[in-house]
Amino acid sequence: MASIEKPEARAYPQASGYEHRPVAMLGDPTPLILDCGTTLGPFRTAYQTYGSLNRDKSNAILACHALSGDQYLAGTNPVTGRAGWWDDLVGPGRLLDTDRYFVICPNVLGGCMGTLGPADIDPATGKSYALNFPVITIADMVRAQVLLLDHLGIDQVFCVLGGSMGGMQVLEWAAKFPERVFSAVPIAAAAHHTAQNIAFHEVGRQAIMADRDWCGGDYAAHDKHPRHGLAVARMAAHITYLSEAAFHRKFGRMLQDSNGVTYGFEAEFQVESYLRHQGSAFVDRFDANSYLYITRAMDYFDLAADYEGSLVAAFAGTPVRFCLISFTSDWLFPTPESRAIVHALNSNAANVSFVEIDTDTGHDSFLLDEPEFRAILAGFLNGAAKHRGLI
Amino acid sequence: MSEELTAAGGRTDRPDGIRVDLQLIANMIDPGSRVLDVGCGDGSLLYHLVNRKAVDGRGLEIGQDGVNACLRQGLSVVQGDADTDLKDYPTGSFDYVVLSQTLQATHRPAQVLRELVRIGRYAIVSFPNFAHWRCRWHLVRRGRMPVTENLPLPWHATPNIHFCTITDFLETCAEQGISVERHHALNDQGRIGGIRGTGFLANLLGAQGVFMLAKGD
Repeated sequence: MASIEKPEARAYPQASGYEHRPVAMLGDPTPLILDCGTTLGPFRTAYQTYGSLNRDKSNAILACHALSGDQYLAGTNPVTGRAGWWDDLVGPGRLLDTDRYFVICPNVLGGCMGTLGPADIDPATGKSYALNFPVITIADMVRAQVLLLDHLGIDQVFCVLGGSMGGMQVLEWAAKFPERVFSAVPIAAAAHHTAQNIAFHEVGRQAIMADRDWCGGDYAAHDKHPRHGLAVARMAAHITYLSEAAFHRKFGRMLQDSNGVTYGFEAEFQVESYLRHQGSAFVDRFDANSYLYITRAMDYFDLAADYEGSLVAAFAGTPVRFCLISFTSDWLFPTPESRAIVHALNSNAANVSFVEIDTDTGHDSFLLDEPEFRAILAGFLNGAAKHRGLI
Repeated sequence: MSEELTAAGGRTDRPDGIRVDLQLIANMIDPGSRVLDVGCGDGSLLYHLVNRKAVDGRGLEIGQDGVNACLRQGLSVVQGDADTDLKDYPTGSFDYVVLSQTLQATHRPAQVLRELVRIGRYAIVSFPNFAHWRCRWHLVRRGRMPVTENLPLPWHATPNIHFCTITDFLETCAEQGISVERHHALNDQGRIGGIRGTGFLANLLGAQGVFMLAKGD
């Protein structure tokens, strides 16, 4: 397999044009070997931290972001100008208490917010990698995070947590690096991507690739971006993040213009306008090729496949304390997916908690102010912190 | 929360933080052991065991409110069903498996009992005794399903679908090859009322039975 030559240790301008800090150069001198066989290193990982690492380096929390997320967990995201995805959970006295914990959130490998991804310049050609970027997996993302923890001198994180694709990373962490994880919280997650989920991703990818401005992936060289295709991909995906009940509650059949329908194809229904807004806001901050690569990584995720099809074997003898949380109205990562993981953990007599939160806000509930979800997350973290001697 | 009703209707009366019948169960459990509490409710017993007796405690609870209450306290509890989810746990993975006031609400009590003694070295089971004299009184004199302090809900609203008497329970254990290691009959107040846990008087005067079981030879 081809190896990616050492890029210069500098922050390349990203699709957004913003120079993200801090960054760590990882995979040097020993490169990272990806699942596809390509070696990577040194490569750049951008991350954010909140709070400070204690003396024995036992208070680190690793937050893993979802498909469209990034490392800006809290504070203001410099690219969007909006609050981080768990902004109200992070801070002194908050759920992820920065007086107690050192919270780390890296941008995933293949991303477009500072970590090496397809939008970066390939030093071998002087052009964007585009489709020459190696195909990455959830396991590769986690391997990169392991290198980041090595870089930060942290042997074991107190907790690794995340929702959706973040939850997949949590499961990968707990299965492959159990000695480096004290507790794990996979939220609205699954041990594999289902056929239906792969199907939705394929619709998104086809929308991008059908956009003439995609240019076979080489849009950067042509100074273009497949805005329409990426927006459609985001619109389709966004539907899966909500629920029928949430759509009905938010929009019903309400029209943009109170004067009634206009017998045309403008965004007449409020739900259309909402989705178009979601689409156009997304293309301003996300790279289309990153979207292809990251959705592919999720599609490939099948934790049991690494253990001859046995999820029980994936967690054999695990010392990790688990808390799994699902949401009743999540039809993208429905509760049976979490329950299958719980059954595998129970088969190992593992220390596991599991609850299904009753809510109509769908898959994205983990990003919303769901009081019961947050109370349970707080309870689990406090319980685990007592056992870890952090309280 | 000094007073609440459980599935069996036992009143929460906690001089030491937990109901007296739960205290009796707690007394049967060695400190530092591994305990699975099946039907752990709001986690009262589990919390007590984890914090007072340093047990490695887990719970299984079907009700959302109970699970939420447990998790908010930092207990390790899984939302699940005793009828379907016990089969996952490895044989001999716990020292004690507790089934407190839950047996009568399961669909397949005999199978649940077999699972308990498979998973745990010991199983501790408590249940309301349907042959208690108050229940008999309801049936004989009034011709009505018993509604007592321990069984407060009318027949159509109770989650209890498989009532048994202490005598029935002991017979089922024998049939299932389960040995009874310890036995207690509790009076209306949930206390040991000076009667044996087995026999005619236990079945008449015991409002609930508490039994420690093990897999027979």
